[in-house]
Amino acid sequence: MFKYFPHTKDDIELMLKELNISSIDELFHSVPKEVLLDKEYEIASSMSEQEVRAYFKALSEENQELVIFSGLGLYDHYTPSVIDAITSRQEFLTSYTPYQPEVSQGTLQYIFEYQSMIQTLTGMDVSNASMYDGTTAAAEACFMACSIAKRNKILISSTLNPNTIQVIKTYLKFKGHEYEIVPAKNGVLDREALEAYLDKDTAGLIVQSPNFFGLIEHYDGLADLLHETKAVLIQSSDISTLGVLKSPGENGADIACGDCQSLGMPLAFGGPTIGYLATLKKHVRKMPGRICGYTTDSSGRRSFVLTLQAREQHIRRAKANSNICSNQSLLVLYSTVYLSIMGKQGIKDVNLRSYQNAHYLYDRLLKTKKFFDPFQQPFLKEFTLETTISHDLIKEALWKEGIFGGFSLAQFSDDYENLINFAVTEKRTKEEIEKLLSVLEGLS
Amino acid sequence: MKYDTLVFELSKSGRIGYSLAKEQYPQYSLNDISEYLRTDELLLPEISELDCVRHFTNISQKNFGVESGFYPLGSCTMKYNPKINEEIAKSYSFTKLHPYQPVTTVQGALRLYYELQQTLAKISGLSEFTLNSYAGAHGELVGLMIMKQYHLQRKDFKRNKVIIPDSAHGTNPASVTVSGMEVIEIESNELGMVDLDALRAVLSDEIAGMMLTNPNTLGIFEKDICDITRLVHEAGGLMYYDGANLNAMLGKVRPGDMGFDIMHINLHKTFSTPHGGGGPGSGPVGVKDFLTDYLPNPVVKKLDDYYYIANEKDAIGQISGYFGNFLVEARAYSYILNLGKENLKWVGPYSVLNANYIREKLRNDYVLPIQDYCMHEVVFDGLVDNPNEIRTLDVAKRLLDYGMHAPTIYFPLLFHQSIMIEPTETESLQTIDQFIETMKTIAEEAKTEPETLRQAPLNTPISRTDEVFAAKQMIFTYKDYLEYIRNEG
Repeated sequence: MFKYFPHTKDDIELMLKELNISSIDELFHSVPKEVLLDKEYEIASSMSEQEVRAYFKALSEENQELVIFSGLGLYDHYTPSVIDAITSRQEFLTSYTPYQPEVSQGTLQYIFEYQSMIQTLTGMDVSNASMYDGTTAAAEACFMACSIAKRNKILISSTLNPNTIQVIKTYLKFKGHEYEIVPAKNGVLDREALEAYLDKDTAGLIVQSPNFFGLIEHYDGLADLLHETKAVLIQSSDISTLGVLKSPGENGADIACGDCQSLGMPLAFGGPTIGYLATLKKHVRKMPGRICGYTTDSSGRRSFVLTLQAREQHIRRAKANSNICSNQSLLVLYSTVYLSIMGKQGIKDVNLRSYQNAHYLYDRLLKTKKFFDPFQQPFLKEFTLETTISHDLIKEALWKEGIFGGFSLAQFSDDYENLINFAVTEKRTKEEIEKLLSVLEGLS
Repeated sequence: MKYDTLVFELSKSGRIGYSLAKEQYPQYSLNDISEYLRTDELLLPEISELDCVRHFTNISQKNFGVESGFYPLGSCTMKYNPKINEEIAKSYSFTKLHPYQPVTTVQGALRLYYELQQTLAKISGLSEFTLNSYAGAHGELVGLMIMKQYHLQRKDFKRNKVIIPDSAHGTNPASVTVSGMEVIEIESNELGMVDLDALRAVLSDEIAGMMLTNPNTLGIFEKDICDITRLVHEAGGLMYYDGANLNAMLGKVRPGDMGFDIMHINLHKTFSTPHGGGGPGSGPVGVKDFLTDYLPNPVVKKLDDYYYIANEKDAIGQISGYFGNFLVEARAYSYILNLGKENLKWVGPYSVLNANYIREKLRNDYVLPIQDYCMHEVVFDGLVDNPNEIRTLDVAKRLLDYGMHAPTIYFPLLFHQSIMIEPTETESLQTIDQFIETMKTIAEEAKTEPETLRQAPLNTPISRTDEVFAAKQMIFTYKDYLEYIRNEG
């Protein structure tokens, strides 16, 4: 007997009798004998609940929680307590994709609300609810661009997060599309260089702002430049920053994508998060993933359903634009609750405080004369400095004080040899910031 | 009066629902970067905390979850999602780790990853897994990339075609296309299984491999599996196992032993992690030893008792930001440790017993298109006695009225009125008997009260919806909705 198996001996006997067989094994008669498992799994013995707890506690103790002063795509923002209470409700947690709208209005409604929030943040018309993370959302955005422009080549700004670049490259390479990396100048997209890369095969350009270094990029006139050659502009952004920064829509982008982790989601060693993907209505049929739409029921009541399903794999099979089947629903809910509770003012306040904390640290670090800003560009909550102090020394010294920050970018590119990254969210206290400063001021 | 409010409709300018610490450095202002700031107004709600909690509680009550009642959704393995898994995922340090932290400070997380991938390898009869893939379809894509990479590395450039039975899930052919290969679909035989002659006819030196779900999407075991894998291997192809239906195989058969080289597992099906309304899932990909070099980066490795992160040069590349849906992985590992080898082996047999019991008890009321025993799910093809031409859709909708979730309908595509029922091993005989009784009642209603069925559901938060309207009007956001109401009103 086991707690998740309700069958008693009597139950099993009764069921076998109904089936007119003497053992469950008979139900497996079509399995060839040579592949039937004739031994036990070589895995651990069953643990009681108490033992499971102890096991994970021990695992947990092999980790060390640090005060986070780095970002690179994952940000340690404050999480309102209501989110866990709501996302733990079994009605949301244990249900499946809302195929039966009559018993899934909860899920469908919050997807509609999420789509509305992504719409206003990105300035696009329509959002899906299906992307695994920001990197795969960017890859899907590139596929969309190729499909919209009916061309084969994607230009990738070198200031994208290297993880995003890697994932885009993998997806494009296997699908048989081409790509080129557009270089940066002073830490931001090099507009002059870009013009040399644009040609009649260019389906689109993907840019990121704030970019990998944390810098805010200026896109005035960029969309026009691309549209002149009938190419598509894709803007990738950390969603939280769009609460204050110019939206992809205001920049004239055709597709917006990125990660929603910054909406208070736990760092969780990188996942789960959710990617957002939004576009203009004229491109909606090229967009992968689940989309929810408003309708009415047979009594005229306001209702929501999954719609435009003819785009999707379960209908189009090999001809679908994407193989996406998930809708990353629980994290759609997470994002929706976060944006509901923080609201119009809270999303600005979070950005303001992060901005203040980051800029204070930035100024103090420059004053040490041990750190320099190689770029001199505006930033929000994340910035990159140059230092000749050994990166390992910085890492070790901060770690001793329980801090993770000043992360070395050297591992991503030889060009980034002396660069280190800082991100400071609204969560970081004065005391934590001073502690970090005192450690770094003591190094040479 | 049923709750019918959008979160935006609760909003009042100036209201807040959050509390943040005071500004620490007010000398800095966003005005310093004013030329980079948005000018478009944000249409976000302004609500109190109670209004927020009440709103989501109210809409949650319009949902049906595994804990609301029986959820026999075929092909989705809606088993119970144990509470201990949730506790594990939320407690301790796992939620607080940044993947770029010093490796010495994430040894527990890396050990969890490593042990889980090794455990999945033992359960599957394969050599090594990546946990980086986020979902089943993502796993398929990654598995196919590995298949393609294997042939490319051997300079066998013409192998670009993947064989898929016509009964496969839609994700299979879609994944093949996204991986840059071509689909060759083969027709199933009259028993719903792979037709060996049809398979032989398409084998050539252009075949990269074959994707197969076993038990297949009709819920039956491919009895010729050893011949299938042998034939494909002889032709130089690799075998991909779609783990969608792995639940039935636990304790009985390992995919590696059947001759599969690559597979994915849906942790959110077989290993009990919650479906979350459609995600986040997790789709680890496992391979035999000759393919381990191609697994995606980053890779978690072990040297003595030390765990580290590597990026390998022959890997297909990176397919995710970091280490997949780590907290989902933690839940699955908790489930496996809790069950252990003594209990995990009963998952398959009990799920198969439940499905066959339903099959036997409903065969006089619903058409049984396949005569052999089923595995973990049973497919019917509409009603036996159906003078009023009641459709499968009507039966499914009526089940909702009786407090049960509908099975999967109109899939598999091989039949016209498919009803696919997957009870899972976590359902008791009482629940299953209740379901059987309800299905019989509905079969009776189909004869005596056909209109009730055509109108069903009658007791749910809403009734049947107008899907044509939704597709035509394309109202995807609150902004669209306000415009629509303005124009209508």
